[in-house]
Amino acid sequence: MMILFYALCALGLLALIFGVILGFAAVRFRVESDPIVEQIDAILPQTQCGQCGYPGCRPYAEAIANGDDVNKCPPGGEATVKKLADLMGVEATPLAGGEQAEPEKKVAYIREDECIGCTKCIQACPVDAIVGATRQMHTVLIDECTGCDLCVDPCPVDCIDMVPVAQTKQTWKWQLQAIPVTQID
Amino acid sequence: MDSLLARISRGQLWPSPGGVHPAVNKSQSNSLPIHILPLPPRLVLPVKQHIGAQGHLLVNVHEQVLKGQALTKPHANWSVPVHAPTSGRIVDITPMPSAHPSALPELSIIIEPDGEDRWCELVPHPNYRELTAERLIDILHFAGISGMGGAGFPTYIKASTKQQIEVLIINGAECEPYISADDVLMQAHSDEIVRGIEVLRHLLQPKITLIAIEDDKPKAIAAMEQACASIEDMQVRAIPTKYPSGGEKQLIQILTSKEVPAGGIPADIGVLVQNIGTMYAVQQAVELGKPLIERVVTVTGDTLAEQRNVWALLGTEVKHLLAQQDFTPEPMQRVIMGGPMMGFTLPTVRIPVVKTTNCILAPSEAEMPFPGEERACIRCSACADACPASLLPQQLQWFAKTKEYKKLEEHKLFDCIECGACAYVCPSEIPLVQYYRVAKAEIREQQIEQIKSDRAKERFEARKERLEREQEERRNRHKRPSRSKEQDTQSKEKVAEALARVKSKQADKGADKDKVAAAIARAKAKKAGEQLEPDNSEVAQERAARKEQARLYKEQKQQADTAEPVAADDKKAAVAAAIARAKAKKAAQAAETEAPAQDDKKAAVAAAIARAKAKKAAQAEDADAPAQDDKKTAVAAAIARAKAKKAAQAAEADEAKVETNDDANSAAAPQSEEDKKKAAVAAAIARAKAKKAAQAADAAKTETAQGEATQDKPNEEATAFDAQSSAEDKKKAAVAAAIARAKAKKAAQAADAAKTETAQGEATQDKPNEGAKALDAQSSAEDKKKAAVAAAIARAKAKKAARDAQNKPDQEDPS
Repeated sequence: MMILFYALCALGLLALIFGVILGFAAVRFRVESDPIVEQIDAILPQTQCGQCGYPGCRPYAEAIANGDDVNKCPPGGEATVKKLADLMGVEATPLAGGEQAEPEKKVAYIREDECIGCTKCIQACPVDAIVGATRQMHTVLIDECTGCDLCVDPCPVDCIDMVPVAQTKQTWKWQLQAIPVTQID
Repeated sequence: MDSLLARISRGQLWPSPGGVHPAVNKSQSNSLPIHILPLPPRLVLPVKQHIGAQGHLLVNVHEQVLKGQALTKPHANWSVPVHAPTSGRIVDITPMPSAHPSALPELSIIIEPDGEDRWCELVPHPNYRELTAERLIDILHFAGISGMGGAGFPTYIKASTKQQIEVLIINGAECEPYISADDVLMQAHSDEIVRGIEVLRHLLQPKITLIAIEDDKPKAIAAMEQACASIEDMQVRAIPTKYPSGGEKQLIQILTSKEVPAGGIPADIGVLVQNIGTMYAVQQAVELGKPLIERVVTVTGDTLAEQRNVWALLGTEVKHLLAQQDFTPEPMQRVIMGGPMMGFTLPTVRIPVVKTTNCILAPSEAEMPFPGEERACIRCSACADACPASLLPQQLQWFAKTKEYKKLEEHKLFDCIECGACAYVCPSEIPLVQYYRVAKAEIREQQIEQIKSDRAKERFEARKERLEREQEERRNRHKRPSRSKEQDTQSKEKVAEALARVKSKQADKGADKDKVAAAIARAKAKKAGEQLEPDNSEVAQERAARKEQARLYKEQKQQADTAEPVAADDKKAAVAAAIARAKAKKAAQAAETEAPAQDDKKAAVAAAIARAKAKKAAQAEDADAPAQDDKKTAVAAAIARAKAKKAAQAAEADEAKVETNDDANSAAAPQSEEDKKKAAVAAAIARAKAKKAAQAADAAKTETAQGEATQDKPNEEATAFDAQSSAEDKKKAAVAAAIARAKAKKAAQAADAAKTETAQGEATQDKPNEGAKALDAQSSAEDKKKAAVAAAIARAKAKKAARDAQNKPDQEDPS
C-alpha cells in the first residue's frame, strides 16, 4: 500500500515539475506570429488580387490559418489548392467558383492613346506595376504585373486589357510524344 | 602510383556508367566528300542562335549586305553576333519559326542572295600569338562563334575562363547515330582544326590537349593523328563507341575519370570541352578573319537519294537541303533536326539551319518506325542500367507522372542529360525522356513563378508601408495648425478666395465676369427691398459656379474667343472619345440625382446672368457673347451628360437629333458657330427679358431658370411651364428674334455670329411644329420658344456627337 502511495507521489511530483517547465516555456518562448501563416503565405501566388475576398495574400493566409477554406485562390489554380491542402492536412477541394484548373497567365496592358492619365489604375495596383502621372499616359511594367485584374475596373475609359502572356521558348513545355524515341535497328 | 595527369597522358581510359549501343548508321553519309550547296533562294537568319541574349540589329530592311557582314552587334554578356552568309538584300526582319522543338517564331533576318557571293573586307590575324588574350577573345566573340555541338554555348565565354584549365578536350566523339558531320570535317580539314585548337591552347595554356574520337571513325582518327603528330601535349584518343560517350560530362569521365559536380561546369574541375566544328570555326575566324556563316550538316535518311554531308550556309532552309538531295517524302514523313536520339521533329521544313544544327534526318517509315503504344512499366530496371548519369529513370518516371516535383529534384532530375538512352532500352516503349523534359520545364516555370511571387510580395509590402507612411504624414500635417490659427486660416482662405476672384476678373478683362458681377451688385442694390434673400443665395451659387467654370475652361474659352475651334477640336478629339467611353460606362451606375442638382445650379446661374444682362444690355452687348458662350457650353455639356445617363428618356432627344441632321445638311455650320448661335439666342432672350424687367423681374427670373431647365428635361419641365403665362413668352420670342435680326446688322465685329444668329432666329421660327413634337405636350406659343431653343441645342449636340469632337466633354471632365 505504501509502495502505491510512493509511486503516486513520485509521478505526481514529476507531473508537477514538467507542468511548471512547460508552462514557463509557453510564456518564455512564445512565438509571436503564427509560423503556419508564413508557410501558407509562401505558397500563395502573391498576386494580391483579392479574389479570395481578403485584401491581399497575407490576410488570406491568416484566414486559412484560422480555418478558412483553401480553395479560394483562382490565380494559384489547383496546384496551390493541393499544396495548401497538404500543408493544412485537409481535403483538396476544387476551386471555389468552378474556375478552370490552370488559370491563364495574363498581364495588364494599357491602350496608351486612350489613356486619359487619371491615375486611378496606379492607385489600384497592389504591386506598383503601373507608372504614370496625372494627365500623363500610364503604362504597365509587364515584368512586375501579377495579372490581378484590379486596375481594370477603376479605369473610367476602359482602356486596360488583360493580355495573355506570350509563350516564349523559355516558357514552352515539351509535348509528350513530340519526338519518336524508339528502337531503330 | 602515377599522378592523374600522367595517367591521362599515358592514354588511360576510364569506364563511364550506363550507355547503349544503337546502330550507328553513319556509313551512308561519311564516305562522300563534303558537298557545297548552290545558293538557296533565301536565307532566314535567326538573330539568336546560341544560349544567351541576342544582339542589337545593325541593319535595316532593304539594305544591301555583303558576305560576312555583321548583322547584329553584341551588347551584353552572352550575346553573340550573326553575320550575312552571302551577299544580298535584306527583304525583311520579322519573327519566323525557329529551329526549336516548339518552332515558336523568333526574330529573323531574311536575306535574298544576289548570287555574287561577294565578301566584305576581312581582317585576318595569321600572327595571332602576338595579340593580347583580350583581343583574341574579341575576335572569337565578334566572329559569332558559339558551340557547334548542340548547346550553342558562346565560345568566347569558355575561352575567357578565369579558372586554370589542365585538360583541354576536343570532342570529336560524335556518338549519336546517323551524324557524321564532325567525322567528315576531320577527314577533310584536320590541319585547320588543329590550328584552331592551337589558338585555344594559346589562350588557355592547358597541360594536355586530348582529341577524343570514337573508334568507329578510323579515317578521322588517322587524319587527326597525322595533323597533330608534331605537336607536343596534343593527343588523339580513340574511345570505345558507346552512346552517349560524346556527352560532355561522360567524355570527361572517360578521359580523365573526373566527374563534373552536379550543377557545376567542367571548368570547375580544370577541364574544358570544345567541339570539332567549333575549332574549325575558330581557325577560320582568327587566321582568315571569316566569321561563322556556314557549317557542315549531315543530310541523311532513307527518303533521300543521296545521303551526305553538305556545307550549308546558316539560314538555309531545311527544305533547300532536302531538295538538293532528291528528297521523296513518304506519307507521314518526319524530318528530324539533330540525331534520332536527341533531335526533334520539325513541324515544317521551312526551318533554317542554325549554328547548332548538325544533322537533318529524313527517315523512311521502315527505317524508323513510329513509336508504339506506351505500356505499363514492368520495373525491369533496364533504364537504370542504361542511364549514363546513374539516375533512377524508373523512379523519376513515377514522380514525373504524378507531378511530384520536389521528389524529382531530390532524385536529381536536373542531372539528367536527356540523352534518351533510357527510353531507347525501355521494353514498354515509355517515352521517359519526354516525361523528364515536361517535368523539367514545369519545375523551371515554378521556380520562375516563385521568384516572381517573392518580388510581388516585396513590392506589395513596400507599397503598403508607403501608403501607411503617407497617411501618417497627412495626419500630422492636419494636426499641426493649432486652434488659434484655425481662424486665421479661415480668414486667409477668404482673402485668397477674394484675391482669386479679383485675379480671374482681371485675367479675363473685357469678359463677362466682372461686368456681370457688377451688374449683379447693382441689381441687388436696386431691388434690395423685395428680393434680397433669394437673390443672395442665388448670387452666391452663381458666383461659385462661375468661378469654377472660369478656372477650368479658361484655356478653352480663349480658344473659342480667338476663333480657332478647329485646332481645339483636333486637340481634344482623343480626350473627347475617352470621355464618351467613360460616360457610356457610367451610364448604368450613374445616379439620376446628379442631374436635378446640376440643373438647379445651372438655372440659378442662367437666371442671374440673364438678370445682369438685362441691366446693361446696351453697353455690354458684345462682351455678353463670350460669357453666354461659356455658360452655354457648360450647360450643353451638362445636358449631354444628363442625356447619356438617362437613355430611357432620350426619345425626344433622338427625334430632335434626327431633325437636327436635316438642319445640319442645309446649314453645315461648324460646331463653334452653333455655340455662338445658341449663345446669341440666349442673349437675345435675356435682352428681351430686360425689357420687361421693370414689371416682372421675378417672373423673368423663374422663367429663365425654367427655360434652362427645360432644355435639359423638356418633358419634365413642361408641366411646370404650364403655369406660366403664354402671352409673355410670345412677346419674348418675338423680341428675341427682332434683336437677333438687329444684331445681324452690326456685322462689323461679329460677322459670322450675326449671320448664324439670324439663321438661327429664322430656323427657330420655321420649325415650331418639330419643336412641338419634341416637347409633345403643349400647343401654346411658349412652346415655340422652348422648342426653338431645344432644337438649337439638340442640333449642336447631335453634330458634336456625330463628329466626336467637341468642347463640352472636355469641360465636363475636370468637373
